[in-house]
Amino acid sequence: MKKQVSLFTEYTKGLWDQNPVFKQVLGMCPALAVTVSAMNGIAMALATTFVLTFSSLIISLIRKLIPTQVRIASYIVIIATFVTVVDLVMRAQFPELSKELGPYIPLIVVNCLILGRQEAFSSKNTPLRAVLDALGMGTGFMIALASLGGIREILGSRTLLGVQVMPDAFDPWLVMILPAGAFLTLGLMMGGLNQMVLRKKTREERELAARHLQKPKMSLEHGQEA
Amino acid sequence: MKTILGMLVTLSLIGVVSGGGLAMLSSWADPLIAANKKADTERAIFQVQPDAKNYEKVETVSYELYRVLDATGNAVGYALPWEGNGFQGNIRLMVGVTSDLMTITAIEVLEQVETPGLGTKIMEDPFRGQFNGLVADPQVDWVKGAPATKENQVETITGATISSKAIVAIVNDGMTNLRNDMKEGGAQ
Repeated sequence: MKKQVSLFTEYTKGLWDQNPVFKQVLGMCPALAVTVSAMNGIAMALATTFVLTFSSLIISLIRKLIPTQVRIASYIVIIATFVTVVDLVMRAQFPELSKELGPYIPLIVVNCLILGRQEAFSSKNTPLRAVLDALGMGTGFMIALASLGGIREILGSRTLLGVQVMPDAFDPWLVMILPAGAFLTLGLMMGGLNQMVLRKKTREERELAARHLQKPKMSLEHGQEA
Repeated sequence: MKTILGMLVTLSLIGVVSGGGLAMLSSWADPLIAANKKADTERAIFQVQPDAKNYEKVETVSYELYRVLDATGNAVGYALPWEGNGFQGNIRLMVGVTSDLMTITAIEVLEQVETPGLGTKIMEDPFRGQFNGLVADPQVDWVKGAPATKENQVETITGATISSKAIVAIVNDGMTNLRNDMKEGGAQ
């Protein structure tokens, strides 16, 4: 059993350290498919967060009642129920958005991010922690999808959230709103972020090494004697 | 034995509770979804038949067809939803046509999954506007890379010839069906 972390960390870990898209590389299908605009990304992330939060809550509540042999089947039924709720509510109240996201809403059922969190987290933790974890992962998913969608929308259609932000003289890069643009953007973003993390790590290591060298010689001599 | 029973009971219970909840939600959502769909169709009908004030569904044909009426209740034409293959998937159109089935009033794209920025130009007016008042007799024709010269011709979109031709084919297909049915007196 790993050490219990604070409730706050339970939420924030999903934002960056374990960001579902950039770090865990989960939920790639919706992340690539629907992010032609920032609004689509945000809507998809909201739908996913809703499903994730409620599934985590329910599964965490009944985690001790589910026999291990049928746990995956039970998770899927519960997840599918909440996805259907989202689909019906969207079609009834937000028909435009529902048309835009089309078949990707029902596909949330098989989003490995959701099933992954149930198997890895909700089924082993208290409801409060499960909900915080789900909200954190959902927020991290939203950060990733909104930034992906935003970049693709600005370069691909000159707009951000439907408002024109690039001058008319800028010729939209069609490739950005095609599937290839999703792969390119995601790849470059992940590469850039990894580079940042790597650079920070090497700098820290160098500082650490420098501090060791500056230490009084005594310790070194002591070490040689031993 | 006990585990098997436990598995059966748990999974069944989850299924029953989920199904029950969804059934309740669905009874609330279904009328709203139907209303949305109807509003969509209605909007498209009035877009392809600008003179229309009212419409009625034609019940004597096996597909969806609407007869549109002007302010005094006279039939001015038809609005025909028709679909066919595009470049990447299904294209669904609403075709407005005059009562004599000779002239198209306008078309409207209801559903499409064409290439963004290229094929999606079928929804924009430089292309779509060519169908306003287009003669559809004997059928709609297309030209590539040159302005349309005949009154039943449209010019295809550069870079989206297949999507453009698909629209023409869907319109022609729909019109042929409609004309055949009219000839048999089916939709009178």
